[in-house]
Amino acid sequence: MLLVSAIAAALASAPAAALEPQDTPYEKTLANGLHVIVKEDHRAPTVVHMVWYRAGAIDEKDGTSGVAHVLEHMMFKGTKKIGPGEFSKRVAAAGGRDNAFTSLDYTAYFQQVPNRALAKMMALEADRMANLKLDAKEFAQEIKVVMEERRLRTDDNPQALVHEAMNAAAFMEHPYRRPVIGWMADLQHMRYRDAQDWYRRWYAPNNAFVVVVGDVDHDAVFSLAEKYYGAIKRHALPKEAPFAEPKQLGIKRLTIKAPAKLAYLSMAWKVPKLKDVERDREPYALEMLDAVLDGDDAARLSKDLVRGQKIAQSIGTGYDPTLRGEAQFVVSGQPAEGKSVAELEAALRAQIRRIQDEGVTAEELARVKTQTIASQIYKRDSMMGQAMEIGAVEAAGLNWRDIDKMQEKIRSVTAEEVQVVARKYFNDDRLTVAVLDPQPLDSAATRPPTASLRH
Amino acid sequence: MKKILFAVLCLFAAAVQAGVNIEHWTTPAGARVYFVASRALPMLDVRVDFAAGSATLPASLTPGANLAGVAGLTNELLEAGAAGMDEEQIAARFADIGARLSSSSSLDRASLSLRTLSARAERDAALELMHAILATPTFPDGALEREKARSISAIQEAETRPESIAARRFSEAIYPGHPYGVNATVDSVGRISRDDLVAFWRGHYGARRAAITIVGDVSRAEAENIAARLSDALPDAPAEVPLPAVTLPERQTLRIPHPAAQSHILIGLPSIRRGDPDFFPLLVGNYVLGGGGFVSRLMKEVREKRGYAYSVYSYFSPLKSEGPFQIGLQTKRAQAGEALQVVDTTLAQFLKQGPTESELREAKKHLIDSQALGLDSNAKILGAVSIIGFYGLPLDWIADYPRRVEAVTAAQVRQAFNRHVQPEHLVTVIVAGD
Repeated sequence: MLLVSAIAAALASAPAAALEPQDTPYEKTLANGLHVIVKEDHRAPTVVHMVWYRAGAIDEKDGTSGVAHVLEHMMFKGTKKIGPGEFSKRVAAAGGRDNAFTSLDYTAYFQQVPNRALAKMMALEADRMANLKLDAKEFAQEIKVVMEERRLRTDDNPQALVHEAMNAAAFMEHPYRRPVIGWMADLQHMRYRDAQDWYRRWYAPNNAFVVVVGDVDHDAVFSLAEKYYGAIKRHALPKEAPFAEPKQLGIKRLTIKAPAKLAYLSMAWKVPKLKDVERDREPYALEMLDAVLDGDDAARLSKDLVRGQKIAQSIGTGYDPTLRGEAQFVVSGQPAEGKSVAELEAALRAQIRRIQDEGVTAEELARVKTQTIASQIYKRDSMMGQAMEIGAVEAAGLNWRDIDKMQEKIRSVTAEEVQVVARKYFNDDRLTVAVLDPQPLDSAATRPPTASLRH
Repeated sequence: MKKILFAVLCLFAAAVQAGVNIEHWTTPAGARVYFVASRALPMLDVRVDFAAGSATLPASLTPGANLAGVAGLTNELLEAGAAGMDEEQIAARFADIGARLSSSSSLDRASLSLRTLSARAERDAALELMHAILATPTFPDGALEREKARSISAIQEAETRPESIAARRFSEAIYPGHPYGVNATVDSVGRISRDDLVAFWRGHYGARRAAITIVGDVSRAEAENIAARLSDALPDAPAEVPLPAVTLPERQTLRIPHPAAQSHILIGLPSIRRGDPDFFPLLVGNYVLGGGGFVSRLMKEVREKRGYAYSVYSYFSPLKSEGPFQIGLQTKRAQAGEALQVVDTTLAQFLKQGPTESELREAKKHLIDSQALGLDSNAKILGAVSIIGFYGLPLDWIADYPRRVEAVTAAQVRQAFNRHVQPEHLVTVIVAGD
């Protein structure tokens, strides 16, 4: 172990040189409120162009769940200037690829293109920011595609069903209770006017930001942004009524039956998110806890539960402190052959209890610190990854300038702080437990839900 | 996500372009080395590919017994113990220096990949660990028993998932009697012993069967030392033997009951080897048929016009022997028949007429112009160069790619498709059809 700690010590100084200011992103806000962030990366003659809208499933209402994502699909269906499908065709003709994604918090569109095509991409995105043409016929076709997407991702995916049901149980009022893809019945009843309302309400330059990463000059990008996005008019955004999730008053448990061989267990505790990058401490301590449990191949859960006790077939944790809504700390896994979900749950609880009682070791803290330093280097290999990171932080209402500071803050977490958050937040009154009860394939209980479709 | 990832052939094709300078040599032990210096970031990627995939299992290993799964387990368990360290010590040492090791195994190749910081201390420590894992794996019984159990559970789980059932039945049906059609089963994995792993490792993880790809922040001299060291103590494995010839399957449709809401449909056949000159016409043609994301014919006919599926694609996956051509989609079970009809018609028409001149022009332009996108990170360069190295493609493949794409004609596409996609040998697998 002497060798290892010597290396860790040497490492601490090495990467500092790599984080030079030449990579620092540049930013500008246009008069219409559109925020533009540019990160220059000159390793290859390509560029990532992303437009993020601060509108996601969190902003939806009961009855039209999934509309943020449906609108994302419709954004490829033409504008006053170009026909359906023409958007992707033009991106392809420019030698690029395009895609989009919708989350609980935001909707984002991107193109990866040779850098000379950036102006064309901005012209296309600016066009559909303001001039989308929604018609009933295209909508009727595309909503079927979205329903197929729901069948693929959720209805025929037992673990996805568990997570969907778990969120619906964990939250009573908070909009994270609704799935991003939408409930099937809502998709069946959705009309193109719902998508149109959504577009009119949320798609405005003052509710969006642009992230550009690649082989570009930031001043030239700002000029292009001004030229293409600058003329779009801002408009007032809806004032949403605030929601407050009622205090959870005890453990919540639920079971999902679906065709599968292996059972599955997911446990989610309500925990704080990151609000103040400078003053908050608990979210960083929770990130450290997350890394100690499941940050790398040597982390506790794989080491003890998969390899040591052989109680888990697979195991994983998830904690995202940068979001608009409420955060959860999720631990999920499949019990190993011959083990039950109850045994897996007991083993997971024992792991948490160990941290509550004994804290974490200095060696573990040092390892996570080393990992965060290495990750900051590795992430710079991917332009898309860098653009995603900037976008996700901004979409959560934080500032991209704080990305490196957040990593430094994690490195400052002490063993006591980890122990304190483990004790404070990992209790049953904050917990939802969801279990997959696997059913044989030929069971009548596993007949597909399509049988009950009304239309 | 609105769209699925581009298909395999398309990815690789796009992943090779001008501007990547590959240096090539052979180590004293006989391993081929492919090196791309990239000094912009203080990091290093090293990938070693062995001709040790699941299809390379010689019948002589344990005569008469089906040991499918031994290639994957050998690959996975390399890091379960070496040079006096157990798996926990190995995992901890990599974690403590911020390095990441991963293993992967497919039909032709089995690989070990390392990403590390390039600073001397971390790099040397990480590479010494990788060396120990390659040269002195111990394959401990305890880890083997555990991984066998996990592997068996994963197979049992896969046999409940419609997408994996479709993939497994598809490979079995299109490769009758060929190693590409052999999937690991509960029985075959159950039969595997530590002796089998050791024998497989000795017979496959030799320098002459290895291609080492190095991308990152080291000099040529350093790369030479790294490659020489990694290959200096590998087992003395025999040279590769050719795979048996592929027999084309009879045209057939397999229907497999399943309670899923959607039918999972796969259509295809064994099709093309790495290095086949028809690669470029097929690449261009497939972009038009089903490789070009939203602008492909399959996407337009199945998804855009009719709303039948979220994802529909086609790809060629060239391998040492004839790798598969595959079309895939999922659609709600009641309309599987109509969707399949649309796919069949679209394919038949394409086989008959090939691409239009404007489709051809657009496909070629896209493939050439997008080449840079496939090479704009060390990770992508590593992936592309490892294919060139492992399959022995020409070193100027990347530089030559635009010219080869540009030269493709509509007649070549039509002829190549008719040579490689023969309707009388197409296999259709439908899981969860009505």
